[in-house]
Amino acid sequence: MFGKLTWGAIPFDQPIPLFAGAIVIVVIVGVLAFITIKGWIPYLWSEWVTSVDHKHIGIMYVTLAAVMLIRGFIDAIMMRSQQAIAFQSQGYLPPEHYNQIFSAHGTIMIFFVAMPFVIGLMNFVLPLQLGVRDVAFPTLNSVSFWLTATGVLLVNISLVVGEFSKTGWLPFPPLSELAYSPGVGVDYYLWGVQIAGVGTLMTGVNFVTTILKIHAPGMTYMRMPVFCWTSLATNLLIVAAFPVLTATLAMLTLDRYLGFHFFTNEAGGNVMMFMNLIWIWGHPEVYILVLPAFGVFSEVVSTFSRKPLFGYRSMVMATMAICIIAYTVWLHHFFTMGAGPNVNAVFGIASMIIAVPTGVKIFNWLFTMYGGRIVYATPMLWSVGFMVTFVIGGLTGVLVAVVPADFMLHNSLFQVAHFHNVIIGGVLFGMFAGYTYWFPKAFGFRLHEGWGKAAFWCWFIGFYLAFMPLYVVGLMGMTRRMQHYDVPEWRPWLLVAELGAVVVLAGILCQVAQLVVSIRHREELRDVTGDPWMGRSLEWSTASPPPAFNFAVLPVVEDRDDYWRRQRLAERGLGPTAEPVYKAIEMPRNSPTGFICAFFASFGGFGMIWQIWWLVIVAIVGAFATFVVFAWRDRTEYEIPAEEVARIDRANRRARGEAVANAEALT
Amino acid sequence: MILWGRMRKLAFGLAPLSAALLLSGCDWAVLNPKGPIADGNSTLLVDSVAIMLVIVVPTIVATLAAAWWYRASNTRAHYLPDFEYSGQLELIVWAIPLLTIMLLGGVTWIGAHDLDPAVPIVSKEEPLNIQVVSLDWKWLFIYPDQHVASVDRLVVPAGVPIRFALTSGSVMTAFFVPQLGSMIYTMNRMTTHLNLLADDPGTFRGLATQISGDGFASMHFEVVAKTAPEFYDWLGQTRATGDELTPERYIELSKQSVVPAPFTFRAVADGLFDKILDQTLPPGPGPIAETNSGAAARMGK
Repeated sequence: MFGKLTWGAIPFDQPIPLFAGAIVIVVIVGVLAFITIKGWIPYLWSEWVTSVDHKHIGIMYVTLAAVMLIRGFIDAIMMRSQQAIAFQSQGYLPPEHYNQIFSAHGTIMIFFVAMPFVIGLMNFVLPLQLGVRDVAFPTLNSVSFWLTATGVLLVNISLVVGEFSKTGWLPFPPLSELAYSPGVGVDYYLWGVQIAGVGTLMTGVNFVTTILKIHAPGMTYMRMPVFCWTSLATNLLIVAAFPVLTATLAMLTLDRYLGFHFFTNEAGGNVMMFMNLIWIWGHPEVYILVLPAFGVFSEVVSTFSRKPLFGYRSMVMATMAICIIAYTVWLHHFFTMGAGPNVNAVFGIASMIIAVPTGVKIFNWLFTMYGGRIVYATPMLWSVGFMVTFVIGGLTGVLVAVVPADFMLHNSLFQVAHFHNVIIGGVLFGMFAGYTYWFPKAFGFRLHEGWGKAAFWCWFIGFYLAFMPLYVVGLMGMTRRMQHYDVPEWRPWLLVAELGAVVVLAGILCQVAQLVVSIRHREELRDVTGDPWMGRSLEWSTASPPPAFNFAVLPVVEDRDDYWRRQRLAERGLGPTAEPVYKAIEMPRNSPTGFICAFFASFGGFGMIWQIWWLVIVAIVGAFATFVVFAWRDRTEYEIPAEEVARIDRANRRARGEAVANAEALT
Repeated sequence: MILWGRMRKLAFGLAPLSAALLLSGCDWAVLNPKGPIADGNSTLLVDSVAIMLVIVVPTIVATLAAAWWYRASNTRAHYLPDFEYSGQLELIVWAIPLLTIMLLGGVTWIGAHDLDPAVPIVSKEEPLNIQVVSLDWKWLFIYPDQHVASVDRLVVPAGVPIRFALTSGSVMTAFFVPQLGSMIYTMNRMTTHLNLLADDPGTFRGLATQISGDGFASMHFEVVAKTAPEFYDWLGQTRATGDELTPERYIELSKQSVVPAPFTFRAVADGLFDKILDQTLPPGPGPIAETNSGAAARMGK
């Protein structure tokens, strides 16, 4: 009846996961009870769960990423603590538990923190920057989000029902094959990542279409903000790379479920085929994450330097160069395979070439600051912190592309320090900058600056404390993923790294405090104008939060930084100030399709993991039925009457006018 | 104030890295080579860092300087609100990283060829063949010409080139002796080739560097480089004690376990390595039924 699932799957004998699981369940039940008592369920259902509004979906993505960041960080600090303790001892985590934690940490941080954070920001920002009302396929967007949430759910269920993968964040065979990992851990990984990956692929298709086909009038490609360009590059990479991930994981699934031999030890299976395939996805994935962060920095540095971005064409070229070269470097993840000097050297040099466009970007941000009037709001602080940190990560990155150096550093903690250097210093700092930068656009009030700056300094110092020592122990020959060790020289550095993790924890607590304080003091932090930062691109031309239709009248774009240009014209009394002619606007209707699909996908995935076949069949039939019902719908849009559009837009115009008048009165 | 704060953090951040370059104390295994291969690897490592620091340090300094000088409150800084393009600057911006990468690319091309792990080391001495088999969670070293084998301790003569042929009798992992250089994968049904040499007698740490299961952290080994007479003494002693490594004994050894202390075999069945390679001898069986019923059920067994 329940496949492999029995009561024994609950870890009654292991206090740590049991306790953690119990807390999570209590919190979830508590939140649900609170929502029910408050009577918020109809609101949540109609405005969020079934919403196809890109802004709401974006906010849900970022919320999901933030919650998972805390989960992933708990894993991180548990690992650091284990290595701080486990000198000539077993520490407090046995290997089967420790191995699950580092696997879960990597899987969660990449697939369920970085990816949703990046996709969430793109979701929220792209249509606003392009000057349009929504993405190309709004309902598909909702399906993408809910499938990602399914992945999150499955990975987290593994905490209390069964186990998670113990093979690292990428399940290298033969260790991940049935013979060496007979448990359900790898299956949780496979189905969690596979279902979320389908969601990501649909996002890629959706956004490529949006950026290429849906623009405000006059928004030509070379007038798009750089964030749109980096998003285009990212989504092109998603469309080309994620099918490879899907296929690779499908092959491993066939090995495990149906006795195929793609990657097994016996019968002609080949480990290196998996290595090649997974990194053909895995290396572009790095750029999928970091390119949108580069986009955020381009927006932030230019806005807060009060200058246009230096070298726009160079930035676009550099972005697209990275997009293409990203596909030609995957082999640098396994120089130690022994492929021969020509192969290794070609891939090593190709990897270094990516440093050229990346270096160009750094210099362009530098020249954007040059001659600027830099305002150090929190997003700018993250950006400068990024530039300094990322350069160091770039140095160590190019270093490990030098083939003989990689022979000494591969799989070491030096490597771990390097990729955290670029992922924290690049992707995460970028996401935090973007979060602070666009938060007022999403909610109509700014985040508290004091707590934001405190969070930045804790993260910044904590990062250096946590990862510079890992560079050192890497040079001392310490490899990654060690549950215990007996080399006394490593220990002081690992204790410093533990301290760094604690400082990062302080940073996360500051961010939580920042959010709470900002919500409590939202009236003081209110942004009535819709443009709290003196922004340059179109998202700042509409109200905060933007109305469902984004723009009452689609803006007509005549230049780069069009909103900034029009503001300057308006200041000189040259801009059009007359009220436009309002027309009724058609918007897509909300749809529960995404939520229902994900509901079935969750049961389907769970059924596959535990081999509960009837559940799988029910889930597939249910998901297909949902699709059919959606496909046969009669009404796809609803109309917002012209009076309503006019009312909302007039309110925003009035607020802006008053704010400008107040500012003039003060000066 | 902010600048000072930042500079301090930066100095703190860079300190370990620059210290690493200056220092080649005995703790820093990767930078303390004991053989020509490790020496070549770590020289390239240090040189590449030095080349990159030449542009990285000025870039960081320039970033911090621009960030500080052009702060909004600095009335002495000039404001160029329309400065967004300069052909000359663009040229420099592309040229600097490009030239650096061309230089490093050359270094990489030459380094990858010179330090190809499969290329034999030139020496007057006759090379010693050693076959390495990674097992769950131990290392088996077979001396095919001497017909002995050792587990978790690799004994080699100093000054003699060692020709390794490596494979895995279980999952994939990697063989690495930081002070001798050049990590290499061990993979089932495949042989990788590695050539190393220890300059002088000494004891070095070796380890597995690719996660291979629960016993991974214990999967390290000792490398002992001896003088030629000592090495022959060791061979003699080894031939006189211990068991013979028969196929049956190998199958026993391939089961998942961590050996408490290194041990040796006085003789090895002929062609054992090839039988492991072509899987005439089956790969390691993986986890055997759990003794803990809770854990077994959790794993869905």
